[in-house]
Amino acid sequence: MRISVLVNEGPYTHEASDSAFHFVRAALARGHDIFRVFFYHDGVNNGTRLTTPPQDDRNVVNRWSKLAQESELDLVVCVAAAQRRGIVDEGEAKRNGKDATNLAPGFRISGLGQLIEAGIQSDRLVVFGD
Amino acid sequence: MLNIVNKSPLDRNTLQSCLDANTGGAILLIEDGVFAATRGNAFEAKLKAVQGTFKVYALGPDLDARGFGDRVMDGVTVVDYAGFVDLVAEFKTCQSWL
Repeated sequence: MRISVLVNEGPYTHEASDSAFHFVRAALARGHDIFRVFFYHDGVNNGTRLTTPPQDDRNVVNRWSKLAQESELDLVVCVAAAQRRGIVDEGEAKRNGKDATNLAPGFRISGLGQLIEAGIQSDRLVVFGD
Repeated sequence: MLNIVNKSPLDRNTLQSCLDANTGGAILLIEDGVFAATRGNAFEAKLKAVQGTFKVYALGPDLDARGFGDRVMDGVTVVDYAGFVDLVAEFKTCQSWL
């Protein structure tokens, strides 16, 4: 089955990022296809490579990046939500005159159309948030 | 329909809204939502009353994380993340009550 996931909450807030991650991993283990994980609202904060949690804590961002690499996940960060919160890739830095980038490996910045497409193309869309 | 509820009924009214919508199918309690599935909680009677309409599930890892793994009320089925995935696959639609 083809499944997409929407994450509306940032890491280390409540539990949505963790629940979404564990759900995606379990779905992959069950043999399902994860079409896309879309990060919206504060969920875009899952995509900054500059987070440094304590060493004995889970690294939510790196965990997503690693899973994306291992399983060829499409992790999409909403561009408008990212701009508001300072999540920047090279293209956005150039376009908006920023002096740095911070998008984590495995993530890409794109528009809300990617969420709509995920909803249309997938058998299920599972939402995690606050 | 699979209804996913992630907040305690003592904190938010999303579980109550879910019961009011009365879609039938299943309710999966995750995150702080699992408190509703514990023996003796203030919402227990309400959840028991709808067990003819909804099949009620609770996410085991979230119960365990809160120390309530051994206090699940009768009629609630505990599932792991694989079971969560299976429920999503079983029901044609899922609604997260946020």
